[in-house]
Amino acid sequence: MSTNNGKDTSSGFIGKSIKRVEDKRFTTGNGRYTDDIVLPHQTYASFVRSPYAHAKILNVDTSAAKHMSGVIKIYTGADVAAVNGVPCGWQVNFKNGDTMKEPKHPLLVADKARHVGDAVAIVIAESQEQAVDAAEAIIVDYEELPCVVDGSKAAQAGAALVHDDVPNNTCYDWALGNPIAEVDEAMSAAAHVTTLEFVNQRLVPNAIEPRCYNSSYDAITDKYILYTSTQNPHVIRLLMCAFVLGIPEHKVRVVGPDVGGAFGSKIFHYTEEALLTWCTRQIGRPIKWTATRTEAFQLDAHGRDHITKAEMGFDNDRKIVALRVKTFANLGAYLSTFGSCVPTYLHGTLLQGLYTTPKINVDVTAVFTHTTPVDAYRGAGRPEATYLLERLVDLAALEMNVDPVDLRFKNFIPPFDGVNQPGYQTQVALQYDSGNYKGVLEKGLDMLGYADLRNKQKESSKNGKLLGIGFSTYIEACGIAPSAVVGSLGARAGLFEVGQVRVQPTGKVSVYTGAHSHGQGHETTFAQVVADKLGIAMDDVEIHHGDTETVAFGMGTYGSRSLAVGGSAIVKSIDKIIEKGKKIAAHKLEANADDIEFASGKFTVKGTDKSVSFGDVALTAYVPHVYPKDLEPGLDFSSFYDPTNFTYPFGCHIAVVEVDKQTGKVELKRFVAVDDVGNVVNPMIVEGQIHGGVVQGIGQALFEGAEYDNNGQLTNASYMDYCMPRADDFPMFETGTQVTPCPHNPLGVKGAGEAGAIGSTPAVVNAVIDALWSGGHKVKDIRMPLTSERVWRAMKN
Amino acid sequence: MIPAAFDYQKAKTVDEAIAALSGDVKILAGGHSLIPAMKLRMNRPSKLVDITGLAALKGIKEEDGEIVIGAAATHADIAYDKLIKNKISFFSEAASVIGDVQVRNHGTIGGSLAHADPAADWPALVLAADATIEVQGSSGKRRIKAADFFTGLFSTALEDKEIIVAIRIPIPPEGTKTTYQKFAQPASRFAIAGCAVVRFPDGKTNIAFTGVSENAFRDTAAENEVSGKELNDDSISKAVNAAVGNITVMGDHFASEEYRKHLAKVYLKKALDAVLV
Amino acid sequence: MSIKITVTVNGVKHTDKVEPRLLLVHYLRDVLRLTGTHVGCDTSSCGACTIHVNGKATKSCTLLAVQADRCKITTIEGMANNGDLHPLQEGFNQCHGLQCGFCTPGMIMTAADLLQHNRKPSEGEIRTALEGNFCRCTGYHNIVKSVQYAAEKMSARKTKPKKEATL
Repeated sequence: MSTNNGKDTSSGFIGKSIKRVEDKRFTTGNGRYTDDIVLPHQTYASFVRSPYAHAKILNVDTSAAKHMSGVIKIYTGADVAAVNGVPCGWQVNFKNGDTMKEPKHPLLVADKARHVGDAVAIVIAESQEQAVDAAEAIIVDYEELPCVVDGSKAAQAGAALVHDDVPNNTCYDWALGNPIAEVDEAMSAAAHVTTLEFVNQRLVPNAIEPRCYNSSYDAITDKYILYTSTQNPHVIRLLMCAFVLGIPEHKVRVVGPDVGGAFGSKIFHYTEEALLTWCTRQIGRPIKWTATRTEAFQLDAHGRDHITKAEMGFDNDRKIVALRVKTFANLGAYLSTFGSCVPTYLHGTLLQGLYTTPKINVDVTAVFTHTTPVDAYRGAGRPEATYLLERLVDLAALEMNVDPVDLRFKNFIPPFDGVNQPGYQTQVALQYDSGNYKGVLEKGLDMLGYADLRNKQKESSKNGKLLGIGFSTYIEACGIAPSAVVGSLGARAGLFEVGQVRVQPTGKVSVYTGAHSHGQGHETTFAQVVADKLGIAMDDVEIHHGDTETVAFGMGTYGSRSLAVGGSAIVKSIDKIIEKGKKIAAHKLEANADDIEFASGKFTVKGTDKSVSFGDVALTAYVPHVYPKDLEPGLDFSSFYDPTNFTYPFGCHIAVVEVDKQTGKVELKRFVAVDDVGNVVNPMIVEGQIHGGVVQGIGQALFEGAEYDNNGQLTNASYMDYCMPRADDFPMFETGTQVTPCPHNPLGVKGAGEAGAIGSTPAVVNAVIDALWSGGHKVKDIRMPLTSERVWRAMKN
Repeated sequence: MIPAAFDYQKAKTVDEAIAALSGDVKILAGGHSLIPAMKLRMNRPSKLVDITGLAALKGIKEEDGEIVIGAAATHADIAYDKLIKNKISFFSEAASVIGDVQVRNHGTIGGSLAHADPAADWPALVLAADATIEVQGSSGKRRIKAADFFTGLFSTALEDKEIIVAIRIPIPPEGTKTTYQKFAQPASRFAIAGCAVVRFPDGKTNIAFTGVSENAFRDTAAENEVSGKELNDDSISKAVNAAVGNITVMGDHFASEEYRKHLAKVYLKKALDAVLV
Repeated sequence: MSIKITVTVNGVKHTDKVEPRLLLVHYLRDVLRLTGTHVGCDTSSCGACTIHVNGKATKSCTLLAVQADRCKITTIEGMANNGDLHPLQEGFNQCHGLQCGFCTPGMIMTAADLLQHNRKPSEGEIRTALEGNFCRCTGYHNIVKSVQYAAEKMSARKTKPKKEATL
């Protein structure tokens, strides 16, 4: 086992910015995404989707469509009425102990459409054109019904019901933390209370590759193959086989080939995956469906959508004494795969933040509405928690006329390494692993040149601009996660990971991981770990992922878990290989296995120059002519790694903005990010993850947001109206790192995938609020995204 | 996204293109508004007549004191054209902020004017430049003043069987100053408020807006405050006050009527400041 | 109806009969099986489908295949020269200008158009030139650096910016 104190003893590849091995295929046009795959006898699917948010389906007339050229088959809701719906993977209970409401999410709706885009019929045809033409020719009689779109109104009396058997549209209510009476008491006693009522708006994930599935069935072997743009092929196979279609898991192969970005939106088991697989069994030919961007807007699970009231109480010394939070979480029309856990166990549990707040209570009401389902989107619950806390802290500083930096330093949890000092037990169920929170803020301030900037701020108003500086110091829970813990919290699956390391007779190494790479660069990072630990060349390592046929099992990639959990599983297998290798080497060197050391690719007898190379040992394992008795041949180990705790990356993000006083337009001038993600295997890749996350977070602050009208129409469901962040919206970023190793996994890593999206949003909004206060506009909140008009209005009022 | 089926004809002459026009036949120029609308099946012509290959519609030249821009000139052609840069530089400025590089490489000025999107940039330019739109129908050519061309939301003075063949812009005298100032919708990058101003040496001032109302328009009330008068803080502020007076202003989730009107005034001030220096 | 077209793609001449409604991107992907060019949206916004038509960066989702008749087309598959990567392809690897890779071909094709016109673009010019190409992974920072890398490399070679035929 390698050390975990930040000074890894192995030299070589860990910690180096190795260029990515996967780039060659992507830069030359040789990536293989699902839509690039065409199978023999391929057919194509297109859907008839509800144009209404809520409507009774009176009749579906397929008579004209089914005779159109190229049409093979049309199925409607009635055809799949007996098939199960797609399941939810996490059970949350009501405060009174009742189980959450889980209405069926059918593969095609038969009775009612519950959001715009709900699928009414599928057409399968010889060509994509024919499928689309025929879908257009299907006539559906709808009776439009009243709808509800606002999460804070869905539970009110008289609101239209999304599911007849879910009263008040309430999926569950839930609370966490200290008893509310204690929190109320602490709040009443506070010298100052900062209150913020705000909307954490709904976002559309918008991976640039639209979802795509290609499902086929072979009647001779009774086997299915599903190619799917997914983050977790094994999870999809398990859910689809066991919960939806009732088909044998061992007869189904699920492949997630190259995937063009996901950000959470490709975790979930979508109805189309199961429906195509059901249909291919009926027609006996492969069926492909590729979402249009319009469908992506209407169907890919959205993110966020919280309506929140949050209060933070301070004593006379400006120490935080209490935090009270009430949130309405909009789940959309159906429970998506992890929709239930995002506003609860991924949100409420993070409300300690980096502060020593002694009393915390969070109360969440999760509701159904006639909108697209909502689930995990980069950060998933943790951006909502961070936004809430960090907005409160900066606003409190403005209200109390103290520096937001000083206020943070006063309230930070002191540094602890989780080894010599214990982890930090929060008021909201988690135990932080290790942290040095003041360290990242100090480093950020250095990079920023804080004092100078505050002086500049005083001058800026003269040229028609208001300068603002905004802070955010965040923490997240990653490396999801210990199975026993998540199980006790309602997860219906374990959250370990699998890593198999197969040493080939020539000493080349094939690695099979249950993690899935869709931009994260696992083929490089994981190979660095393996090559480093085994003392071999990176070229001698190949990483395999994304295919249930080759990888034993896997839980997939989300929650910044791949290296912390998946990497650790690989390290466990490497440890087993080295241990067995020592036995083989000892036999060859006529020594005792306890006296064999392994370093730099060599097995050496301690204190001697007698050694045998890794390659020799590998060959011996497969050509075991001279071999230890009672030892099996071969050098191939698989491990399941189940972590003992989450990991807790943290950091400090600082935004500097200029607000145009005439137009309200916000210009991001600088962005400083100091992130502590534990040990770093590939700094270049980690930095890239931070950049990408930061832009998604700033996208939420300044540009993005799903806009529903009162009829449940998503009015900005295209790139002409939904504002995606673009190259010319940003300056170059200034990034820094601090390393506080994770004490409980063998690599000491914490995870970096979501940090950027978690930390950046409040920093930018705080900066705009700070700019406005500097101009005398003492506004508490501006609704995100901070469009020019909203900022202009805030200055005007 | 697949358009509904249609027939296609590549026109060899302008006359052939005009002859092909009937019913729901549409002209295909750059196609950068039309094809996306067809993919979304919001537009489903029975036939497209492709005029992009017609030499008669291409080119940018000087003729009889006018710059003549062929209708099929792309935004990129205009952005890079030296004659335009020298004589009517605000056409270069505007061309380089339309859409993105790829759109500019194919979208055409004629197509944009015929489409008459209320937020397109060119309408403000041709209005401020006192341009004429040369159109051709089955009975020959005619010229329509820009001021008479835009008749409403996505509607123009083009007759059913007419196409735009050229845009003719009178070359302004030496010393004329021009500008185009645009506040872009952040997603589409179309204009929320676009203001084109031409200030002639004699003080005559043309002001046109796009993005603000159902169609681009000349703002004569604002012009009256500065035209033929000295440009200074006082006259500029009067023009800004007068601007967008009796105009129905559009509103959407990026800019309400009130804010859009405010932006139009802010951008008029920017434009007048730009021609002052 | 179907129409015969002849196009030269990456130096190879192809003749096919196509329906008028076939978009150029689908012709490249489905007929020629050049799948490096991607589709990311419906509105000519995202730029994932960017190729060069007669040397100009073009969103191939907004051109009909029939419009490309007798045109010279370069796709991402035609950027490397006898196995030597184009400086942009190299730059994207060296500067970590890609993650999932889906936007990358379009990004490279648009950047190549820029470098034809502007051998030493500033950071701002690069960002403006890429406004029609969305990337959801990288935050654009390393894409800008990748283009700068390629620009420097191409200048250092003292070759004139190449025209479409050799791109």
